[in-house]
Amino acid sequence: MLLQIQTTEYIFWFLSFFAVMCACMVVFTNKPVHSVLYLVLTFFAIAGHYVLLNAQFLAVVHIVVYAGAIMVLFLFVIMMLNLNHDTEPVKNNLLRAMAVLAFGTLLVTLVGALKGASIPMRTDGHTEIGMIKRLGDTLFKDYLLPFELSSVLLLAAMVGTVLLGKKEIKS
Amino acid sequence: MDWGFVIYKAIICVGVFGIALVVAMYSTWWERKFAAYLQDRLGPNRAGPMGLLQPLADGIKMFMKEEIIPNVSNKFLFILGPCLCMLTACMTGVVIPWAKDVMVDGKMYPIQITDINIGILYLLGVVSIGVYGIMIGGWASNNKYSLIGAIRASSQMISYEIAMGLSIISLVILTGTLSFREILEQQDAGLCYAAINPLGFIIFFICALAETNRAPFDLPECETELVGGYHTEYSSMKLGFFLFAEYINMFISSAVMAGLFFGGYNFPWAKELYESMGLNEGDTWITVIGFGVYFVKILLFISLFMWIRWTLPRFRYDQLMNLGWKKLIPLSILNIVLVSVGRYVYTHYFQ
Repeated sequence: MLLQIQTTEYIFWFLSFFAVMCACMVVFTNKPVHSVLYLVLTFFAIAGHYVLLNAQFLAVVHIVVYAGAIMVLFLFVIMMLNLNHDTEPVKNNLLRAMAVLAFGTLLVTLVGALKGASIPMRTDGHTEIGMIKRLGDTLFKDYLLPFELSSVLLLAAMVGTVLLGKKEIKS
Repeated sequence: MDWGFVIYKAIICVGVFGIALVVAMYSTWWERKFAAYLQDRLGPNRAGPMGLLQPLADGIKMFMKEEIIPNVSNKFLFILGPCLCMLTACMTGVVIPWAKDVMVDGKMYPIQITDINIGILYLLGVVSIGVYGIMIGGWASNNKYSLIGAIRASSQMISYEIAMGLSIISLVILTGTLSFREILEQQDAGLCYAAINPLGFIIFFICALAETNRAPFDLPECETELVGGYHTEYSSMKLGFFLFAEYINMFISSAVMAGLFFGGYNFPWAKELYESMGLNEGDTWITVIGFGVYFVKILLFISLFMWIRWTLPRFRYDQLMNLGWKKLIPLSILNIVLVSVGRYVYTHYFQ
């Protein structure tokens, strides 16, 4: 049992390190395609965290939706545009200083907000909370209305996209 | 640490992997023989009896060819492309149960690498990652034809994944489970889901053809327009990996179809047969017979794939997209409605 807990902890630290490193690389690489690929790796690391939390369903859906669909579309656009780093406009120093300042303010705010917060340990949680049966029960019994509303929202978004993407009929 | 368990898992992993590779290897041979038969030719017959050593000869040739990596391309991503293709092709076989459990020393051992309770979703997940191998390979080649081939391949795969997912949802509504194993167990009595949900099966089959980039959906490697598609710049065994991954995908998708819709290792009157042979649950012979039956089903599906390839001409690209988005997706939504109503009526009025 002790051995198992230790292994999980090692995996947790590895995944966390991996996720943060890849997330940093998304920003630091100067090729857009590499950024996208690093972001995909980040998603995989986060999916690993979900598995550690016993949320298998969430992990797989995360991979299918984010890594499998959304990031592929990102890659599509970037490959089609053929962006290279020499076509990227060079930003001047004033703009850079402003960016650093803005981000620094955000960082200070975040640290300040999180400093006082305490993270309670959940002990009442089900070990099967992320399993699909429980998830389905919760979604369709306790949260039926929000679930249906969000599906209507998605439908509206889809209809909107089709409407925007349609060619205008010349009268 | 339970070493027996580790050894058993290792044997199953190596076994599944080995079978997938050997079947993929001999699929190339069978494809040529089958094509030859359909076109009234002889097919490969020089290497070994009936040309049986042809796949080996092909493999040696692939390895001996000069390896060319274009100078301008990104070397790491260029190599990563075919590796990812092979990796995702091999990963899909993990959740498939190949035969009934076998009893060794009073303990039951399932013939399956792992039974996760969301097996079908896992399958969809791996399939959706499979796009990356092709996209990365095509982009890293730094060649317009490769890029267009890769983009065609991935847009085709994404489009058909939706219809495929929807047809699987109809099956999930019918079975009430996402576990691969349970779906197979439910078809125990010789009743298969292809008979109950025929529309879902047909949609899944068409999507499987498109997902594996097989004819009539092999536009990504359409020679007349794109030279060789996404693997134009590849040579030697890296090209071999791309081609090989296609055959492994074909094998695995045949296994999935034979399992989900045709009962896998189950067959009609299986119980009566086992009883008349005096076999109890857990006997090795039940496992062997079940595996044999499953294998025959898989081979029939592979042959069907090939039959279609050598019969139908290639689609045009707009026809492909029209079929995927305007016909298969509405049809599969209709199928979901039909199946849901059917299940409701059945559970409320006939039970």
